[in-house]
Amino acid sequence: MTALSLHDLTRQFAGAGGLAVDRLTLSVAPGSLTALLGPSGCGKTTVMRMIAGLDTPTAGDVQIGGRSVLGLPPERRGAVMVFQNHLLFPFQTVAENVGFGLRMRHVPKPEIARRVAKMLALVQLPDVGARRPADLSGGQQQRVALARALVVAPQVLLLDEPLSQLDAHLRHDMRDLIRSLQQQLAITTLFVTHDQDEAVMLADRVALMLDGRLRQHDAPAAFYDRPADAAVVRFFGGQNLVPGRAVAGRFDCALGQLALPEGVADGPGLLTIRPESLRPGPGENAVTALVTARSYLGAGVRLTLQVQGTQLQAMLRHDEAAGLGVGDSLLLRLPRQALWVVPPEG
Amino acid sequence: MRRTLAGWVLILWLLLPLLPLAIWSFARGWRFPDVLPQVWTTDAWAIAFSQRAGVIESLGLTALIAAAVTLAALIIGVPAGRVLGLHEFRGKRAVQVLILAPIIVPGLAVAMGLHGVFSRLGLTNTLAGVMLVHLVPTLPYVILVMAGIFANHETAHEEQARSLGATGAQVFRHVTLPAILPGVMVAGLFCFLVSFSQYALTLLIGGGRVITLPLLLFSSASAGRNDLTGAIALLTILPGLVILLLTARHLTGRNRAITMAGQA
Repeated sequence: MTALSLHDLTRQFAGAGGLAVDRLTLSVAPGSLTALLGPSGCGKTTVMRMIAGLDTPTAGDVQIGGRSVLGLPPERRGAVMVFQNHLLFPFQTVAENVGFGLRMRHVPKPEIARRVAKMLALVQLPDVGARRPADLSGGQQQRVALARALVVAPQVLLLDEPLSQLDAHLRHDMRDLIRSLQQQLAITTLFVTHDQDEAVMLADRVALMLDGRLRQHDAPAAFYDRPADAAVVRFFGGQNLVPGRAVAGRFDCALGQLALPEGVADGPGLLTIRPESLRPGPGENAVTALVTARSYLGAGVRLTLQVQGTQLQAMLRHDEAAGLGVGDSLLLRLPRQALWVVPPEG
Repeated sequence: MRRTLAGWVLILWLLLPLLPLAIWSFARGWRFPDVLPQVWTTDAWAIAFSQRAGVIESLGLTALIAAAVTLAALIIGVPAGRVLGLHEFRGKRAVQVLILAPIIVPGLAVAMGLHGVFSRLGLTNTLAGVMLVHLVPTLPYVILVMAGIFANHETAHEEQARSLGATGAQVFRHVTLPAILPGVMVAGLFCFLVSFSQYALTLLIGGGRVITLPLLLFSSASAGRNDLTGAIALLTILPGLVILLLTARHLTGRNRAITMAGQA
């Protein structure tokens, strides 16, 4: 049983290159939070709009609670969307804004007042009901927008980059608030973002979309441990992609013959490893590397290395990198369990 | 301070032409070179308010026509303005020119042509016919003002309202209407006043059977009853003045609708 599922969802706009969403199939388990991740212009927002009923798919189906909702108008779909900019109604007070959905459903007034007060308390804004949206700060406005969506108890909550307009410190608070409310109310949520850190911190599952297509739908850690292809590696900030061929548990490439973890199929591919997984010192899969660049990052030191004509990026702790400068060489280990092979490109 | 002074000068400038009308309405004969009439009387007002003269009845009828025309023009003009303001489509320029046409082409010429059509449809000499023909000079104003309003209108709030569970009608009432209300007020006011002061179209299509206030005004003026003309003229100005005062707060210089209409 899935709360929300998309089947071969496709959206073709007029003109060349108008294929915004290409046969997207995705399902979201009840009460879970899925992040729909991708660079801007990859079709994420179009997907949200089609689920909410604000845009019509060219092909495919949208099901909420196991039932197709394509024939239903937005107000009867049970999916409520929260937009990037809060879109509070300027002519209404905060309390009227939050109660909007309930008023449209003709819920009795005392009940509306009760539920609005409860929801404003949940988003930690118990005393702003009588104010106008314009009198609130950006973070408060976004929380009111969230309360306004949650108060109608939607079957599916659609969040379209709700954090992107906020300052960094507000973003953290808002992210934590969204996560705690989502779990407290067990509300099925699809969260659109272009920020991979946000996605992996917030979501139960991450769906990565590139160029209108779903590239990988997985647990957050899998995007680091078992990326589906080179594009996924690059989107998550990885640059270590070494061409070669897997043969009987070993990877034959410019770095040498490296031992692979279990489960990698034989054939040509690209070897990938996270920069922070490279460790100094001897052992299995050790190579000699020449430092060609060094840059200081708060959490560690990033080294650009040259191994047998192949470039690698490594992230070392400050103590590990102490005394290492451009032109020095060091022995570096590529731990077997940190290696992964993605299909060759093209 | 200077602003208030300018305001008073403007008000005086607008009211001054009305002063002779007011004096005439209380005069019995007012001949050159008298600065003021020799004899003052309320006879003209007594006639104007009497049953027999039908002035009050005509005032009611004129207001009814103007109100009905305004309502119809808004019902047609608001959706039309929305389409023109928000959407691009083939032939949009041509549609815009055609909408402007009734303002550019002399109204009388249009009415002459329409008279033939209306008489074949049995609409001449009827109230409905007069209301319909009043749409010709009023509708362009409504559509132009509303197109200007909608050109700056964000539809995102409407989508948000739909997503929160509002039906199309609820979205219009609770989200769209509050946003476009200043424009609707301006458009409605234009429309009401244009209809209220319409003479030629009413005479031609109404055939003298639908007696609006401007018709009475002209007949009393051509009969040489300056006192009665003064009284009726003041009554003709009254509704416009009342509406203007009621909607004044929507008609400030900061109002988008006015600047839009100015640019259109």
